Amino acid sequence: MIEVHELTKRYGAKTAVDNLTFTVKPGIVTGFLGPNGAGKSTTMRLILGLDRPTSGTATINGRPYAEHTAPLKQVGALLDAKAVHTGRSAYHHLLAMAATTGVPRTRVDEVIDIVGLHEVARKRAGAFSLGMGQRLGIASALLADPEVLILDEPVNGLDPEGILWIRHLMRGLAEQGRTVFVSSHLMSEMALTAEHLVVVGRGKLIADVSVAEFIEQAAHDSVLVRSPRAVELHDLLAGPGVTVLSVERGAFEVTGLSAAKIGERAADAGIALHELTVQRPSLEEAFMELTRDAVEYQTVGAAA
Amino acid sequence: MSTATLSPEAAPLVAAAAVSNLKVTQGRVIRSEWIKFWSLRSTLITLATAVTLLIGIGLLASSMLNSGATGPGPEPGELGPVDASLAGITFAQLAFGTLGVLFMASEYSTGMIRSSLTAVPKRLPVLWAKIAVFAVVVLVIGLAASAAAFTGGQALIGDGAASWSDAGVVRAVVGSAVILAGSGVLGLALGALLRSTPAAISTLFGAMFLLSGVAQLLLPESWRDNVVQYLPSDAGSAFTSVSQGADALSPWVGLGVFVAYVAAVVVGGAWRLRRSDA
Repeated sequence: MIEVHELTKRYGAKTAVDNLTFTVKPGIVTGFLGPNGAGKSTTMRLILGLDRPTSGTATINGRPYAEHTAPLKQVGALLDAKAVHTGRSAYHHLLAMAATTGVPRTRVDEVIDIVGLHEVARKRAGAFSLGMGQRLGIASALLADPEVLILDEPVNGLDPEGILWIRHLMRGLAEQGRTVFVSSHLMSEMALTAEHLVVVGRGKLIADVSVAEFIEQAAHDSVLVRSPRAVELHDLLAGPGVTVLSVERGAFEVTGLSAAKIGERAADAGIALHELTVQRPSLEEAFMELTRDAVEYQTVGAAA
Repeated sequence: MSTATLSPEAAPLVAAAAVSNLKVTQGRVIRSEWIKFWSLRSTLITLATAVTLLIGIGLLASSMLNSGATGPGPEPGELGPVDASLAGITFAQLAFGTLGVLFMASEYSTGMIRSSLTAVPKRLPVLWAKIAVFAVVVLVIGLAASAAAFTGGQALIGDGAASWSDAGVVRAVVGSAVILAGSGVLGLALGALLRSTPAAISTLFGAMFLLSGVAQLLLPESWRDNVVQYLPSDAGSAFTSVSQGADALSPWVGLGVFVAYVAAVVVGGAWRLRRSDA
Protein backbone atom coordinates (compact mmCIF):
# COMPACT_ATOMS: atom_id res chain seq x y z
CA MET A 1 0.00 0.00 0.00
CA ILE A 2 1.34 3.41 -0.99
CA GLU A 3 -0.29 6.47 0.51
CA VAL A 4 0.50 9.89 -0.88
CA HIS A 5 -0.95 12.82 1.02
CA GLU A 6 -0.92 16.44 -0.21
CA LEU A 7 2.49 15.88 -1.73
CA THR A 8 4.14 18.95 -3.25
CA LYS A 9 7.59 19.46 -4.74
CA ARG A 10 8.86 22.77 -6.05
CA TYR A 11 12.16 23.33 -7.83
CA GLY A 12 12.64 27.06 -7.56
CA ALA A 13 9.64 28.66 -9.26
CA LYS A 14 8.58 25.44 -11.00
CA THR A 15 6.07 23.20 -9.25
CA ALA A 16 6.78 19.64 -10.36
CA VAL A 17 4.27 17.95 -8.06
CA ASP A 18 1.27 19.93 -6.93
CA ASN A 19 -0.68 18.80 -3.88
CA LEU A 20 -1.09 15.16 -4.95
CA THR A 21 -3.20 12.84 -2.83
CA PHE A 22 -3.88 9.23 -3.81
CA THR A 23 -3.63 5.68 -2.53
CA VAL A 24 -2.19 2.69 -4.37
CA LYS A 25 -3.83 -0.52 -3.18
CA PRO A 26 -2.33 -4.00 -3.04
CA GLY A 27 -3.55 -6.83 -5.24
CA ILE A 28 -3.93 -4.84 -8.43
CA VAL A 29 -1.73 -3.09 -10.95
CA THR A 30 -2.16 0.66 -10.65
CA GLY A 31 -1.13 2.71 -13.64
CA PHE A 32 0.40 6.15 -13.10
CA LEU A 33 -0.45 7.99 -16.24
CA GLY A 34 0.47 11.39 -17.55
CA PRO A 35 2.26 13.08 -20.42
CA ASN A 36 6.03 13.50 -20.24
CA GLY A 37 6.94 16.11 -17.65
CA ALA A 38 3.73 15.63 -15.67
CA GLY A 39 5.66 14.85 -12.48
CA LYS A 40 5.41 11.04 -12.48
CA SER A 41 9.10 10.35 -11.95
CA THR A 42 9.39 13.10 -9.35
CA THR A 43 6.46 11.64 -7.42
CA MET A 44 8.14 8.23 -7.44
CA ARG A 45 11.42 9.75 -6.25
CA LEU A 46 9.55 11.52 -3.45
CA ILE A 47 7.89 8.25 -2.38
CA LEU A 48 11.36 6.65 -2.16
CA GLY A 49 12.88 9.57 -0.28
CA LEU A 50 15.39 10.34 -3.04
CA ASP A 51 13.97 13.85 -3.19
CA ARG A 52 12.71 15.75 -0.21
CA PRO A 53 9.11 16.99 -0.57
CA THR A 54 8.43 20.70 -0.20
CA SER A 55 5.36 19.65 1.78
CA GLY A 56 3.13 16.64 2.28
CA THR A 57 3.93 13.02 3.01
CA ALA A 58 4.33 9.68 1.26
CA THR A 59 4.26 6.39 3.12
CA ILE A 60 4.77 2.74 2.21
CA ASN A 61 2.77 0.28 4.30
CA GLY A 62 2.20 2.99 6.88
CA ARG A 63 5.72 4.38 7.22
CA PRO A 64 8.01 6.70 5.29
CA TYR A 65 10.25 4.56 3.07
CA ALA A 66 13.47 5.47 4.91
CA GLU A 67 12.08 4.29 8.24
CA HIS A 68 11.79 0.63 7.26
CA THR A 69 14.52 -1.69 8.57
CA ALA A 70 14.76 -3.51 5.24
CA PRO A 71 13.68 -0.97 2.59
CA LEU A 72 14.42 -3.30 -0.33
CA LYS A 73 12.09 -5.88 1.20
CA GLN A 74 9.32 -3.24 1.27
CA VAL A 75 9.79 -1.74 -2.15
CA GLY A 76 11.45 -2.89 -5.32
CA ALA A 77 11.99 0.11 -7.54
CA LEU A 78 12.90 0.58 -11.17
CA LEU A 79 13.50 4.32 -11.39
CA ASP A 80 15.54 4.55 -14.52
CA ALA A 81 17.64 2.00 -16.27
CA LYS A 82 20.75 4.13 -15.85
CA ALA A 83 20.95 3.93 -12.04
CA VAL A 84 23.92 1.60 -12.45
CA HIS A 85 27.68 2.16 -12.49
CA THR A 86 28.66 1.67 -16.12
CA GLY A 87 31.97 0.02 -15.24
CA ARG A 88 30.52 -2.71 -13.04
CA SER A 89 29.09 -6.01 -14.22
CA ALA A 90 25.39 -6.71 -13.79
CA TYR A 91 26.28 -9.52 -11.40
CA HIS A 92 28.41 -7.35 -9.12
CA HIS A 93 25.85 -4.56 -9.22
CA LEU A 94 23.17 -6.92 -7.95
CA LEU A 95 25.58 -8.51 -5.47
CA ALA A 96 26.41 -5.12 -3.96
CA MET A 97 22.72 -4.15 -3.78
CA ALA A 98 21.87 -7.49 -2.17
CA ALA A 99 24.68 -7.20 0.39
CA THR A 100 23.21 -4.03 1.96
CA THR A 101 20.17 -5.95 3.18
CA GLY A 102 21.53 -9.47 3.65
CA VAL A 103 19.92 -10.94 0.54
CA PRO A 104 21.78 -14.22 -0.16
CA ARG A 105 23.96 -14.74 -3.22
CA THR A 106 21.68 -17.54 -4.46
CA ARG A 107 18.89 -15.00 -4.84
CA VAL A 108 21.15 -12.84 -7.02
CA ASP A 109 21.62 -15.76 -9.41
CA GLU A 110 17.89 -16.38 -9.27
CA VAL A 111 16.82 -12.85 -10.28
CA ILE A 112 19.41 -12.87 -13.08
CA ASP A 113 17.69 -15.99 -14.44
CA ILE A 114 14.21 -14.52 -13.94
CA VAL A 115 15.00 -11.50 -16.14
CA GLY A 116 16.99 -13.56 -18.64
CA LEU A 117 20.37 -11.84 -18.24
CA HIS A 118 22.29 -15.00 -17.44
CA GLU A 119 24.60 -14.89 -20.44
CA VAL A 120 25.59 -11.23 -20.05
CA ALA A 121 25.65 -11.01 -16.24
CA ARG A 122 29.45 -10.76 -16.13
CA LYS A 123 29.65 -8.02 -18.77
CA ARG A 124 29.98 -4.32 -17.98
CA ALA A 125 26.55 -2.74 -17.52
CA GLY A 126 27.77 0.22 -19.60
CA ALA A 127 27.75 -2.00 -22.69
CA PHE A 128 24.10 -2.98 -22.19
CA SER A 129 21.34 -1.97 -24.56
CA LEU A 130 18.39 0.00 -23.18
CA GLY A 131 16.32 -3.18 -23.00
CA MET A 132 19.03 -5.09 -21.13
CA GLY A 133 19.39 -2.13 -18.77
CA GLN A 134 15.65 -2.31 -18.06
CA ARG A 135 15.94 -6.02 -17.30
CA LEU A 136 18.81 -5.33 -14.92
CA GLY A 137 16.71 -2.67 -13.21
CA ILE A 138 13.83 -5.11 -12.87
CA ALA A 139 16.20 -7.77 -11.49
CA SER A 140 17.36 -5.33 -8.86
CA ALA A 141 13.74 -4.42 -8.02
CA LEU A 142 12.91 -8.10 -7.44
CA LEU A 143 16.01 -8.84 -5.32
CA ALA A 144 14.49 -8.86 -1.85
CA ASP A 145 11.09 -10.21 -2.95
CA PRO A 146 9.34 -6.90 -2.14
CA GLU A 147 5.72 -6.29 -1.22
CA VAL A 148 5.49 -3.11 -3.27
CA LEU A 149 6.84 -2.54 -6.77
CA ILE A 150 7.40 0.94 -8.16
CA LEU A 151 8.28 0.83 -11.83
CA ASP A 152 8.95 3.98 -13.85
CA GLU A 153 8.24 3.35 -17.55
CA PRO A 154 9.33 -0.30 -17.42
CA VAL A 155 8.47 -1.09 -21.04
CA ASN A 156 10.80 1.62 -22.33
CA GLY A 157 13.30 0.08 -24.70
CA LEU A 158 11.97 -3.46 -24.37
CA ASP A 159 11.35 -5.54 -27.46
CA PRO A 160 7.83 -6.96 -28.05
CA GLU A 161 8.76 -10.18 -26.29
CA GLY A 162 10.07 -8.21 -23.32
CA ILE A 163 6.92 -6.06 -23.19
CA LEU A 164 4.75 -9.16 -23.09
CA TRP A 165 6.93 -10.57 -20.34
CA ILE A 166 6.78 -7.44 -18.17
CA ARG A 167 2.97 -7.28 -18.47
CA HIS A 168 2.77 -10.90 -17.42
CA LEU A 169 5.19 -10.26 -14.57
CA MET A 170 3.32 -7.23 -13.22
CA ARG A 171 -0.05 -8.99 -13.30
CA GLY A 172 1.46 -12.05 -11.65
CA LEU A 173 2.99 -9.96 -8.87
CA ALA A 174 -0.33 -8.19 -8.27
CA GLU A 175 -2.21 -11.50 -8.18
CA GLN A 176 0.09 -12.58 -5.37
CA GLY A 177 -1.31 -9.65 -3.37
CA ARG A 178 1.53 -7.21 -3.96
CA THR A 179 1.16 -3.53 -4.69
CA VAL A 180 2.24 -2.71 -8.23
CA PHE A 181 2.56 0.96 -9.19
CA VAL A 182 3.70 1.50 -12.74
CA SER A 183 4.10 4.73 -14.67
CA SER A 184 3.59 5.23 -18.37
CA HIS A 185 2.81 7.98 -20.82
CA LEU A 186 0.95 5.50 -23.02
CA MET A 187 -2.74 4.99 -22.24
CA SER A 188 -2.90 1.98 -24.54
CA GLU A 189 -0.19 0.23 -22.52
CA MET A 190 -2.01 0.92 -19.26
CA ALA A 191 -5.33 -0.28 -20.66
CA LEU A 192 -3.67 -3.65 -21.18
CA THR A 193 -1.95 -3.96 -17.80
CA ALA A 194 -3.58 -1.82 -15.18
CA GLU A 195 -6.85 -2.15 -13.31
CA HIS A 196 -6.73 1.25 -11.71
CA LEU A 197 -5.42 4.58 -12.97
CA VAL A 198 -3.93 7.61 -11.30
CA VAL A 199 -3.76 10.29 -13.98
CA VAL A 200 -1.66 13.44 -13.55
CA GLY A 201 -0.96 16.49 -15.67
CA ARG A 202 1.42 19.31 -14.75
CA GLY A 203 1.90 17.80 -11.33
CA LYS A 204 -1.81 17.86 -10.49
CA LEU A 205 -4.17 14.93 -10.01
CA ILE A 206 -6.60 14.69 -12.93
CA ALA A 207 -8.27 11.36 -12.30
CA ASP A 208 -8.15 8.50 -9.82
CA VAL A 209 -10.42 5.89 -11.40
CA SER A 210 -10.62 2.27 -12.41
CA VAL A 211 -9.61 1.55 -16.00
CA ALA A 212 -13.16 0.29 -16.75
CA GLU A 213 -14.67 3.55 -15.51
CA PHE A 214 -12.15 5.59 -17.42
CA ILE A 215 -12.94 3.79 -20.66
CA GLU A 216 -16.67 4.19 -20.11
CA GLN A 217 -16.29 7.91 -19.45
CA ALA A 218 -14.07 8.31 -22.42
CA ALA A 219 -16.29 6.41 -24.84
CA HIS A 220 -18.54 9.21 -26.02
CA ASP A 221 -19.40 7.76 -29.41
CA SER A 222 -20.40 10.03 -32.20
CA VAL A 223 -21.98 9.13 -35.53
CA LEU A 224 -20.98 10.60 -38.85
CA VAL A 225 -23.99 11.05 -41.10
CA ARG A 226 -23.85 11.88 -44.80
CA SER A 227 -26.97 12.55 -46.79
CA PRO A 228 -28.06 14.53 -49.89
CA ARG A 229 -30.85 16.03 -47.75
CA ALA A 230 -28.66 16.88 -44.82
CA VAL A 231 -30.47 20.04 -43.80
CA GLU A 232 -33.83 18.30 -43.46
CA LEU A 233 -32.31 15.40 -41.58
CA HIS A 234 -30.46 17.85 -39.35
CA ASP A 235 -33.77 19.34 -38.14
CA LEU A 236 -35.31 15.89 -37.81
CA LEU A 237 -32.62 14.68 -35.43
CA ALA A 238 -32.35 17.77 -33.22
CA GLY A 239 -33.74 17.39 -29.73
CA PRO A 240 -32.79 17.47 -26.05
CA GLY A 241 -29.49 15.71 -25.28
CA VAL A 242 -28.51 15.55 -28.91
CA THR A 243 -25.79 17.62 -30.50
CA VAL A 244 -25.47 17.92 -34.21
CA LEU A 245 -22.31 19.40 -35.62
CA SER A 246 -21.86 20.20 -39.29
CA VAL A 247 -18.66 18.76 -40.67
CA GLU A 248 -18.91 19.78 -44.29
CA ARG A 249 -21.62 20.30 -46.87
CA GLY A 250 -23.90 17.27 -46.74
CA ALA A 251 -22.31 15.73 -43.63
CA PHE A 252 -22.61 16.18 -39.87
CA GLU A 253 -21.61 14.53 -36.64
CA VAL A 254 -24.25 13.47 -34.13
CA THR A 255 -23.71 12.70 -30.47
CA GLY A 256 -26.49 11.51 -28.17
CA LEU A 257 -28.24 9.31 -30.69
CA SER A 258 -27.31 5.80 -31.73
CA ALA A 259 -26.61 4.97 -35.37
CA ALA A 260 -29.71 2.70 -35.35
CA LYS A 261 -32.00 5.52 -34.22
CA ILE A 262 -30.62 7.89 -36.84
CA GLY A 263 -31.12 5.28 -39.56
CA GLU A 264 -34.71 4.58 -38.49
CA ARG A 265 -35.69 8.26 -38.41
CA ALA A 266 -34.17 8.83 -41.82
CA ALA A 267 -36.05 5.83 -43.21
CA ASP A 268 -39.34 7.03 -41.69
CA ALA A 269 -38.91 10.38 -43.41
CA GLY A 270 -37.81 8.73 -46.65
CA ILE A 271 -34.40 10.40 -46.58
CA ALA A 272 -31.55 8.54 -48.22
CA LEU A 273 -28.31 8.09 -46.27
CA HIS A 274 -24.94 7.95 -48.04
CA GLU A 275 -22.96 7.25 -44.91
CA LEU A 276 -23.63 6.27 -41.32
CA THR A 277 -20.40 5.66 -39.38
CA VAL A 278 -19.92 5.19 -35.64
CA GLN A 279 -16.81 7.09 -34.50
CA ARG A 280 -15.19 5.85 -31.31
CA PRO A 281 -12.31 7.87 -29.87
CA SER A 282 -9.29 5.73 -29.02
CA LEU A 283 -8.17 5.53 -25.42
CA GLU A 284 -5.13 7.51 -26.42
CA GLU A 285 -7.33 10.32 -27.73
CA ALA A 286 -9.49 10.21 -24.62
CA PHE A 287 -6.41 10.42 -22.43
CA MET A 288 -4.97 13.30 -24.45
CA GLU A 289 -8.28 15.12 -24.27
CA LEU A 290 -8.27 14.72 -20.50
CA THR A 291 -4.72 15.92 -20.00
CA ARG A 292 -5.03 18.73 -22.54
CA ASP A 293 -7.94 20.12 -20.53
CA ALA A 294 -5.81 20.03 -17.41
CA VAL A 295 -2.99 21.82 -19.13
CA GLU A 296 -5.30 24.53 -20.48
CA TYR A 297 -6.97 24.92 -17.12
CA GLN A 298 -3.54 25.25 -15.59
CA THR A 299 -2.49 27.97 -18.04
CA VAL A 300 -5.66 29.98 -17.52
CA GLY A 301 -5.32 29.59 -13.78
CA ALA A 302 -1.77 30.86 -13.84
CA ALA A 303 -2.69 33.89 -15.93
CA ALA A 304 -5.63 34.90 -13.73
CA MET B 1 18.87 -8.78 -27.63
CA SER B 2 19.89 -12.09 -29.06
CA THR B 3 22.02 -12.81 -26.01
CA ALA B 4 19.26 -12.38 -23.48
CA THR B 5 16.21 -14.47 -24.04
CA LEU B 6 13.49 -15.24 -21.61
CA SER B 7 10.33 -17.23 -21.56
CA PRO B 8 7.29 -15.31 -20.35
CA GLU B 9 5.67 -18.56 -19.28
CA ALA B 10 8.41 -20.00 -17.12
CA ALA B 11 9.46 -16.95 -15.13
CA PRO B 12 9.20 -17.75 -11.41
CA LEU B 13 7.93 -14.68 -9.65
CA VAL B 14 8.59 -15.39 -6.02
CA ALA B 15 11.89 -16.05 -4.35
CA ALA B 16 12.77 -19.70 -4.27
CA ALA B 17 15.92 -18.89 -2.33
CA ALA B 18 15.24 -18.20 1.33
CA VAL B 19 14.92 -14.46 1.68
CA SER B 20 14.66 -13.93 5.40
CA ASN B 21 16.37 -12.02 8.19
CA LEU B 22 16.54 -9.02 5.93
CA LYS B 23 17.74 -5.82 7.51
CA VAL B 24 20.14 -3.02 6.61
CA THR B 25 23.08 -2.85 9.02
CA GLN B 26 26.26 -0.75 8.92
CA GLY B 27 28.29 -3.96 8.58
CA ARG B 28 26.28 -5.07 5.57
CA VAL B 29 26.62 -1.66 3.93
CA ILE B 30 30.40 -1.92 4.42
CA ARG B 31 30.31 -5.32 2.73
CA SER B 32 28.34 -3.82 -0.14
CA GLU B 33 30.86 -1.00 -0.57
CA TRP B 34 33.70 -3.55 -0.44
CA ILE B 35 32.06 -5.39 -3.36
CA LYS B 36 31.53 -2.12 -5.23
CA PHE B 37 35.14 -1.04 -4.69
CA TRP B 38 36.80 -4.21 -5.98
CA SER B 39 34.41 -4.80 -8.90
CA LEU B 40 35.72 -1.87 -10.95
CA ARG B 41 38.73 -2.16 -13.20
CA SER B 42 39.65 1.49 -12.58
CA THR B 43 40.26 0.60 -8.91
CA LEU B 44 43.07 -1.81 -9.71
CA ILE B 45 44.62 0.52 -12.29
CA THR B 46 44.65 3.51 -9.96
CA LEU B 47 45.96 1.49 -7.01
CA ALA B 48 48.78 0.12 -9.17
CA THR B 49 49.59 3.64 -10.36
CA ALA B 50 49.72 4.95 -6.81
CA VAL B 51 52.01 2.16 -5.62
CA THR B 52 54.28 2.57 -8.65
CA LEU B 53 54.56 6.32 -8.03
CA LEU B 54 55.26 5.87 -4.34
CA ILE B 55 57.98 3.24 -4.73
CA GLY B 56 59.36 4.42 -8.09
CA ILE B 57 59.87 8.06 -7.15
CA GLY B 58 61.25 7.01 -3.75
CA LEU B 59 63.84 4.79 -5.40
CA LEU B 60 64.69 7.44 -7.97
CA ALA B 61 65.21 10.13 -5.32
CA SER B 62 67.26 7.67 -3.24
CA SER B 63 69.56 6.81 -6.13
CA MET B 64 70.12 10.49 -6.87
CA LEU B 65 70.91 11.11 -3.23
CA ASN B 66 73.45 8.31 -3.39
CA SER B 67 75.27 9.67 -6.44
CA GLY B 68 75.38 13.20 -5.12
CA ALA B 69 76.13 12.35 -1.50
CA THR B 70 79.34 13.87 -0.20
CA GLY B 71 79.11 14.37 3.53
CA PRO B 72 77.83 12.15 6.32
CA GLY B 73 74.61 14.10 6.90
CA PRO B 74 72.16 16.06 4.75
CA GLU B 75 72.80 19.73 4.13
CA PRO B 76 70.07 22.05 5.39
CA GLY B 77 67.25 22.15 2.90
CA GLU B 78 68.37 18.90 1.31
CA LEU B 79 66.54 15.63 1.60
CA GLY B 80 67.79 13.14 4.16
CA PRO B 81 67.85 9.43 3.33
CA VAL B 82 64.45 8.74 4.92
CA ASP B 83 62.68 11.64 3.23
CA ALA B 84 64.30 10.82 -0.10
CA SER B 85 63.07 7.23 -0.03
CA LEU B 86 59.56 8.51 0.76
CA ALA B 87 59.68 11.32 -1.82
CA GLY B 88 56.95 9.66 -3.87
CA ILE B 89 54.30 10.37 -1.27
CA THR B 90 53.12 13.65 -2.84
CA PHE B 91 52.35 11.94 -6.14
CA ALA B 92 50.87 8.86 -4.50
CA GLN B 93 48.68 11.21 -2.45
CA LEU B 94 47.18 12.60 -5.64
CA ALA B 95 46.63 9.12 -7.10
CA PHE B 96 44.92 7.83 -3.95
CA GLY B 97 43.03 11.11 -3.65
CA THR B 98 41.78 10.74 -7.22
CA LEU B 99 40.65 7.19 -6.51
CA GLY B 100 38.81 8.50 -3.44
CA VAL B 101 37.07 11.13 -5.58
CA LEU B 102 36.08 8.50 -8.15
CA PHE B 103 34.77 6.11 -5.50
CA MET B 104 32.18 8.68 -4.45
CA ALA B 105 31.64 11.07 -7.38
CA SER B 106 31.19 8.29 -9.97
CA GLU B 107 28.04 7.29 -8.06
CA TYR B 108 26.61 10.63 -9.15
CA SER B 109 28.01 10.70 -12.69
CA THR B 110 26.66 7.22 -13.48
CA GLY B 111 23.35 7.48 -11.58
CA MET B 112 24.36 4.61 -9.29
CA ILE B 113 23.67 6.86 -6.30
CA ARG B 114 19.92 6.40 -6.83
CA SER B 115 20.31 2.63 -6.52
CA SER B 116 22.61 3.01 -3.52
CA LEU B 117 20.26 5.34 -1.67
CA THR B 118 17.20 3.28 -2.52
CA ALA B 119 18.89 0.34 -0.79
CA VAL B 120 20.08 2.51 2.10
CA PRO B 121 17.66 5.43 2.36
CA LYS B 122 19.16 6.62 5.64
CA ARG B 123 22.07 7.64 3.39
CA LEU B 124 24.88 8.34 5.90
CA PRO B 125 25.75 4.63 6.37
CA VAL B 126 26.79 4.66 2.69
CA LEU B 127 29.32 7.45 3.31
CA TRP B 128 30.67 5.86 6.51
CA ALA B 129 31.01 2.51 4.72
CA LYS B 130 32.86 4.07 1.80
CA ILE B 131 35.24 5.88 4.16
CA ALA B 132 35.87 2.70 6.20
CA VAL B 133 36.54 0.54 3.14
CA PHE B 134 38.72 3.10 1.44
CA ALA B 135 40.73 4.17 4.50
CA VAL B 136 41.56 0.56 5.40
CA VAL B 137 42.53 -0.39 1.84
CA VAL B 138 44.77 2.66 1.38
CA LEU B 139 46.28 2.29 4.85
CA VAL B 140 47.27 -1.32 4.22
CA ILE B 141 48.53 -0.78 0.66
CA GLY B 142 50.15 2.53 1.58
CA LEU B 143 51.95 0.95 4.53
CA ALA B 144 53.31 -1.91 2.44
CA ALA B 145 54.38 0.45 -0.34
CA SER B 146 55.99 2.97 2.05
CA ALA B 147 57.88 0.18 3.81
CA ALA B 148 59.02 -1.16 0.45
CA ALA B 149 60.08 2.31 -0.70
CA PHE B 150 62.01 2.92 2.51
CA THR B 151 63.74 -0.48 2.50
CA GLY B 152 64.56 -0.32 -1.22
CA GLY B 153 65.65 3.31 -0.99
CA GLN B 154 68.03 2.67 1.89
CA ALA B 155 69.54 -0.27 0.01
CA LEU B 156 70.24 2.06 -2.93
CA ILE B 157 71.69 4.78 -0.74
CA GLY B 158 74.17 2.38 0.88
CA ASP B 159 76.59 4.56 2.91
CA GLY B 160 74.71 6.97 5.16
CA ALA B 161 71.48 5.06 4.81
CA ALA B 162 68.95 5.18 7.63
CA SER B 163 67.70 2.10 9.43
CA TRP B 164 64.33 1.17 10.94
CA SER B 165 65.70 1.82 14.45
CA ASP B 166 66.65 5.45 13.71
CA ALA B 167 64.64 8.14 15.43
CA GLY B 168 61.47 9.07 13.57
CA VAL B 169 61.76 6.39 10.87
CA VAL B 170 58.83 4.25 11.97
CA ARG B 171 56.75 7.38 12.45
CA ALA B 172 57.66 8.62 8.96
CA VAL B 173 56.84 5.29 7.25
CA VAL B 174 53.61 4.66 9.17
CA GLY B 175 52.82 8.36 8.90
CA SER B 176 53.11 8.18 5.11
CA ALA B 177 50.43 5.51 5.05
CA VAL B 178 48.25 7.58 7.38
CA ILE B 179 48.61 10.71 5.24
CA LEU B 180 47.88 8.68 2.10
CA ALA B 181 44.71 7.27 3.66
CA GLY B 182 43.80 10.78 4.83
CA SER B 183 44.27 12.18 1.31
CA GLY B 184 42.13 9.38 -0.07
CA VAL B 185 39.36 10.15 2.41
CA LEU B 186 39.74 13.85 1.61
CA GLY B 187 39.14 13.06 -2.07
CA LEU B 188 36.17 10.86 -1.22
CA ALA B 189 34.62 13.56 0.98
CA LEU B 190 35.20 16.19 -1.73
CA GLY B 191 33.36 13.86 -4.10
CA ALA B 192 30.43 13.73 -1.66
CA LEU B 193 30.50 17.49 -1.17
CA LEU B 194 30.84 18.54 -4.83
CA ARG B 195 29.18 15.51 -6.52
CA SER B 196 31.35 16.02 -9.59
CA THR B 197 34.55 14.18 -10.50
CA PRO B 198 36.24 17.10 -12.31
CA ALA B 199 35.33 19.65 -9.62
CA ALA B 200 36.47 17.38 -6.79
CA ILE B 201 39.74 16.42 -8.50
CA SER B 202 40.65 20.03 -9.30
CA THR B 203 39.85 21.10 -5.75
CA LEU B 204 41.96 18.25 -4.37
CA PHE B 205 44.91 19.01 -6.65
CA GLY B 206 44.60 22.70 -5.89
CA ALA B 207 44.60 22.13 -2.14
CA MET B 208 47.37 19.53 -2.09
CA PHE B 209 49.65 20.76 -4.87
CA LEU B 210 49.10 24.39 -5.78
CA LEU B 211 47.98 26.13 -2.61
CA SER B 212 51.35 25.92 -0.88
CA GLY B 213 53.26 27.24 -3.89
CA VAL B 214 50.80 30.04 -4.56
CA ALA B 215 50.90 31.08 -0.92
CA GLN B 216 54.73 31.14 -0.99
CA LEU B 217 54.57 33.38 -4.01
CA LEU B 218 51.82 35.80 -3.08
CA LEU B 219 51.80 36.25 0.67
CA PRO B 220 53.88 39.01 2.29
CA GLU B 221 57.08 37.65 3.79
CA SER B 222 56.27 38.77 7.32
CA TRP B 223 53.50 36.22 7.86
CA ARG B 224 54.03 33.84 4.97
CA ASP B 225 55.67 31.09 7.07
CA ASN B 226 52.97 31.28 9.71
CA VAL B 227 50.30 30.63 7.13
CA VAL B 228 52.02 28.13 4.86
CA GLN B 229 52.82 25.65 7.63
CA TYR B 230 49.10 25.27 8.32
CA LEU B 231 48.16 24.42 4.73
CA PRO B 232 47.00 20.81 4.26
CA SER B 233 49.99 19.65 2.20
CA ASP B 234 52.55 21.24 4.53
CA ALA B 235 50.80 20.05 7.69
CA GLY B 236 50.69 16.54 6.28
CA SER B 237 54.33 16.45 5.26
CA ALA B 238 55.35 17.70 8.72
CA PHE B 239 54.11 14.35 9.99
CA THR B 240 55.93 12.25 7.40
CA SER B 241 59.31 14.05 7.45
CA VAL B 242 62.19 13.08 9.65
CA SER B 243 64.16 16.30 9.20
CA GLN B 244 61.95 19.19 10.23
CA GLY B 245 62.35 22.53 8.53
CA ALA B 246 62.55 25.57 10.80
CA ASP B 247 59.20 26.86 9.63
CA ALA B 248 57.30 23.54 9.78
CA LEU B 249 54.87 22.32 12.41
CA SER B 250 55.95 19.57 14.78
CA PRO B 251 54.91 16.11 13.48
CA TRP B 252 51.96 15.59 15.79
CA VAL B 253 50.61 19.12 15.43
CA GLY B 254 50.97 18.62 11.67
CA LEU B 255 48.93 15.42 11.85
CA GLY B 256 46.30 17.17 13.96
CA VAL B 257 45.95 20.02 11.48
CA PHE B 258 45.78 17.61 8.53
CA VAL B 259 43.13 15.44 10.20
CA ALA B 260 41.13 18.57 11.03
CA TYR B 261 41.02 19.51 7.34
CA VAL B 262 39.89 16.00 6.36
CA ALA B 263 37.27 15.92 9.13
CA ALA B 264 35.88 19.30 8.10
CA VAL B 265 35.39 18.19 4.49
CA VAL B 266 33.86 14.87 5.65
CA VAL B 267 31.34 16.80 7.75
CA GLY B 268 30.55 18.98 4.71
CA GLY B 269 30.12 15.92 2.50
CA ALA B 270 27.89 14.19 5.05
CA TRP B 271 25.77 17.29 5.33
CA ARG B 272 25.28 17.54 1.57
CA LEU B 273 24.51 13.81 1.25
CA ARG B 274 21.91 14.01 4.01
CA ARG B 275 20.28 17.26 2.95
CA SER B 276 20.27 17.44 -0.84
CA ASP B 277 18.07 15.61 -3.32
CA ALA B 278 19.89 12.67 -4.84
